[in-house]
Amino acid sequence: MIVDILSWISIGIGAAFILVGGLGLVRMPDVFTRLHAASVADTAGAGFILLGFMFQAGLSLNALKLVLIFVFLVFTAPTASHALAHAALLDGIRPWTRKPKDPAP
Amino acid sequence: MMALAAVAALVATVFLALIRAYLGPTVYDRVVAVNAIGTMTVLLIAAVGFLMGRPEFLDIALVYALINFIGTIAVLRYIKRRRARDAEEAESAEGAEGAP
Amino acid sequence: MRHALSLFVGLYGLWLALSGHYTPFLLAIGAACTAFAVAVALRMDVVDHEGHPIHLGYRIPLYWSWLTIQILLSALTVTRIVLSPRLRIDPVLETLPSSQKSDLGKVIYANSITLTPGTLSTNVTADGIEVHALTRRGMDELKEGGMDRRVTAVEGEE
Repeated sequence: MIVDILSWISIGIGAAFILVGGLGLVRMPDVFTRLHAASVADTAGAGFILLGFMFQAGLSLNALKLVLIFVFLVFTAPTASHALAHAALLDGIRPWTRKPKDPAP
Repeated sequence: MMALAAVAALVATVFLALIRAYLGPTVYDRVVAVNAIGTMTVLLIAAVGFLMGRPEFLDIALVYALINFIGTIAVLRYIKRRRARDAEEAESAEGAEGAP
Repeated sequence: MRHALSLFVGLYGLWLALSGHYTPFLLAIGAACTAFAVAVALRMDVVDHEGHPIHLGYRIPLYWSWLTIQILLSALTVTRIVLSPRLRIDPVLETLPSSQKSDLGKVIYANSITLTPGTLSTNVTADGIEVHALTRRGMDELKEGGMDRRVTAVEGEE
């Protein structure tokens, strides 16, 4: 019972983080800032959702597979992000910056 | 119940990422969006597996997590090569114009 | 040789996790496949301390638990930024010095930076790491060098 509640809470938090990532993907002004938003969904979102499913799976092979999925995601996500940002910079895309007349709040 | 909520959030995020992939404006924005869709798909496969009571789906999710990464890197390499080739062609075209 | 052994153990563990059927025949087949994969890796000369950093030992799980907390904290920060009606972002791109001696340490540091939402490593050179941060504050926090020191500690003496 407690495990179920923990699982629901965890999946709920994960779903919220994932939605935030998607929203950020649409709202942010350039590639690099969008990558920041996507990494919220990739790390925190994916982590909480998989943790929630782990609670449901209990101590079994399925839980181990969920851990493996998380490990693969966590090892590949930064590499892909880094390659993307590096390629974009090499291609001459300048990062968006706040204009001086519009000071940061 | 909660797995359904997770599926809903994942599908909504896939649509948001699709909007970004459609709007662009650069090819890198689209790759970011496609990469995000890939991650969401991995989670979606796992969630659907749990919803339908078929944990074998986890194996597919595992493989998809790896393919997604390799796909992103492959697309980036392709773009890089094409950019390099375009630059080379532009240079040689300029050289031909410059010659009398 | 130590690394070949650890590679074998890791691959066989993965095979066991994915298989789910444990009869002596299948276990033997799995061991044979794993041994073949390790032999191929040895022939390709990719089995070394970089591909399989077992010398980091117990320090790396400790570092991961610290990193998890950092990821959660910065994920919350980025969440607040994304949800605020006026996007309160102030992106900066700067090169930070890194104190790691080995390539492995630099890779761990760069990947940790990228893994934390709000900061993103865009280039790794011998002298430092080029970082793109979502806010000036995130960049300042990174500049204080807490993560840099921790990664150097994880790297240890070569």
